[in-house]
Amino acid sequence: MSTATIKAPESGKTPPVPGGGQAPVKPGADDGRIGLRANLRHIGALVRRCALQIKQDPESMMDALLMPIVFTLLFVYVFGGAIGGGGGGASRDQYVQYLIPGMMGMMSMSIAMAVGTGINEDFRKGVMDRFRSMPIARSSVLIAKSLVEVGRMLVAIVVLLAVGLLCGFDLNGHWLGMLGAVGLTALFGASLLWIFILVGLSMETAQAVQGISFLVLMPLQFGSSVFVSTDTMPGWLEAFTKVNPLTHVADSARGLMLGQGAVAGPVMWTVIWAVGLTVVTAPFAIAKFRKKV
Amino acid sequence: MTSEKTTNAVEVRGLVKHFGETKAVDGIDLDVREGTVMGVLGPNGAGKTTLVRMLSTLLQPDAGTAVVAGYDVVRQPRQLRRTIGLTGQYASVDEKLSGWENLYMIGRLLDLPRSEARKRADELLERFSLTEAARRPASKYSGGMRRRLDLAASMIGRPKVLYLDEPTTGLDPRTRNEVWEEVQNIVADGNTVLLTTQYMEEAEQLASELTVVDRGRVIAEGRVPELKAKVGGRTLEIRPGDPGEVTRMVGALAQAGLDGVAGATADEAQGLVSVPIVSDEQLTAVVGLLGARGFALADIATHLPSLDEVFLALTGQKATHKDDENALEEVAA
Repeated sequence: MSTATIKAPESGKTPPVPGGGQAPVKPGADDGRIGLRANLRHIGALVRRCALQIKQDPESMMDALLMPIVFTLLFVYVFGGAIGGGGGGASRDQYVQYLIPGMMGMMSMSIAMAVGTGINEDFRKGVMDRFRSMPIARSSVLIAKSLVEVGRMLVAIVVLLAVGLLCGFDLNGHWLGMLGAVGLTALFGASLLWIFILVGLSMETAQAVQGISFLVLMPLQFGSSVFVSTDTMPGWLEAFTKVNPLTHVADSARGLMLGQGAVAGPVMWTVIWAVGLTVVTAPFAIAKFRKKV
Repeated sequence: MTSEKTTNAVEVRGLVKHFGETKAVDGIDLDVREGTVMGVLGPNGAGKTTLVRMLSTLLQPDAGTAVVAGYDVVRQPRQLRRTIGLTGQYASVDEKLSGWENLYMIGRLLDLPRSEARKRADELLERFSLTEAARRPASKYSGGMRRRLDLAASMIGRPKVLYLDEPTTGLDPRTRNEVWEEVQNIVADGNTVLLTTQYMEEAEQLASELTVVDRGRVIAEGRVPELKAKVGGRTLEIRPGDPGEVTRMVGALAQAGLDGVAGATADEAQGLVSVPIVSDEQLTAVVGLLGARGFALADIATHLPSLDEVFLALTGQKATHKDDENALEEVAA
């Protein structure tokens, strides 16, 4: 290249020679795959990143810490007396028993919503492009994010149970049942994450993600057995609550923690929903994540 | 030239990427020799960022081939990612994390053992003069510090090829110089760099060879001095205190027989004398001579050819600034 060459914009160069030239393509002895241990290490580093983000920005934990407190106080003290049959204190105590297990699934759903906005931010701020140009499995970014969100769900559930106990919730020694209910709720919440990841990847801005997620959440949360028994609802709504997974999650938690009502049916449906949602949405989310420009 | 003997770190042949109707990259050929800095110069929307995104496996090309450090971008993306570093408009750091935490995280993601990752983070913060700010969140960094941290982040894996996508866009001139200095140090270490820029001056400062792109195509390529010779280099613009003196001034310069003054022109209407700058010594000599001859100067300034002038000189037409192309490049980013 001893002289500067000027080409008219119309003229192209010689057609491409695949893999030709002075830098031959190396044969695939090392195919660059990421081993399991390396993968776990990457996920660990990315989980640490999310934890540091929370430490730097404690406000991002507000939803997990405050939501269970606000909702519990609101429902127990505003609606509790009326819903429990208008008998004041006694019916309020009854309602606490009904409400606390029911709200566990709802908490995990509300927390799951945040994952979409987080992923959306990462893309807009450009961090994601650095990750995606690095020799790590692209899924590890999503897995780390999901693990942290499940952790946040557990925090919210613990706060919920603590507030519940203060408001008079009585576990009656169903400790194992409680652990089972917490595990089941976290499993359900984890399956929801993939939907919100998908939403976060599909929307243009974080605000849009929040808006659309909220619209989906409200009918699901109230059109279920989370807050009240579905007996008094009109037929069409009751039919909806029967397929609403939040009803199954709430009924399972009640069955496990109170030792009343059916357990096997709701638990089975919760597991089916959780596995089904993951199987259907996770591949889409990962594919979309890989291809997103 | 020894280009036949050295290997190419980057070889691009007929690379194409279209977004719908827009031909973002429309058949680009590009060679970057090992250990050199290739500047890709072009206006907004010329396809620079799209090119870099394809070369860093973030975008799939529609046609053509690209081989980086011996790995094909389409067939061997995983191996390729081990050999590149990326800094730019979009490949950024995590703002909520501190500088140190960002570098440590990237070290761990690149499979450095913990102690090694710690050492490397300290080392690079020191090298990019960020030790004092190491524990502060990146969101609190100034523009220049952010870019230096971006650079440090891309250097952790000791990449064979470093992409710098518009490393100084949006920085003020002083900060720009700071970043240039760092890039020059990186280059002095023998790294291969592919740099995209909108600024002729930046290309001139950092790159040894240039590829000029417009509308997704290469419109000129060559070594910087050669392209500069075509385009014209810096000029010195002198405004005498008395506008009537411009002709006398050119005469005095010609009489003294200084380098490059044959090209000096007097613009009587503007009251301005322009002298092509051929060297720093000549610049000093010209100003010194005018002082010695008792000319009162109202203003002196050096002037670099703008990107528009470069394009005008190279193609006879203005660079395209199609807004829809800009928008698309931004979406792609």
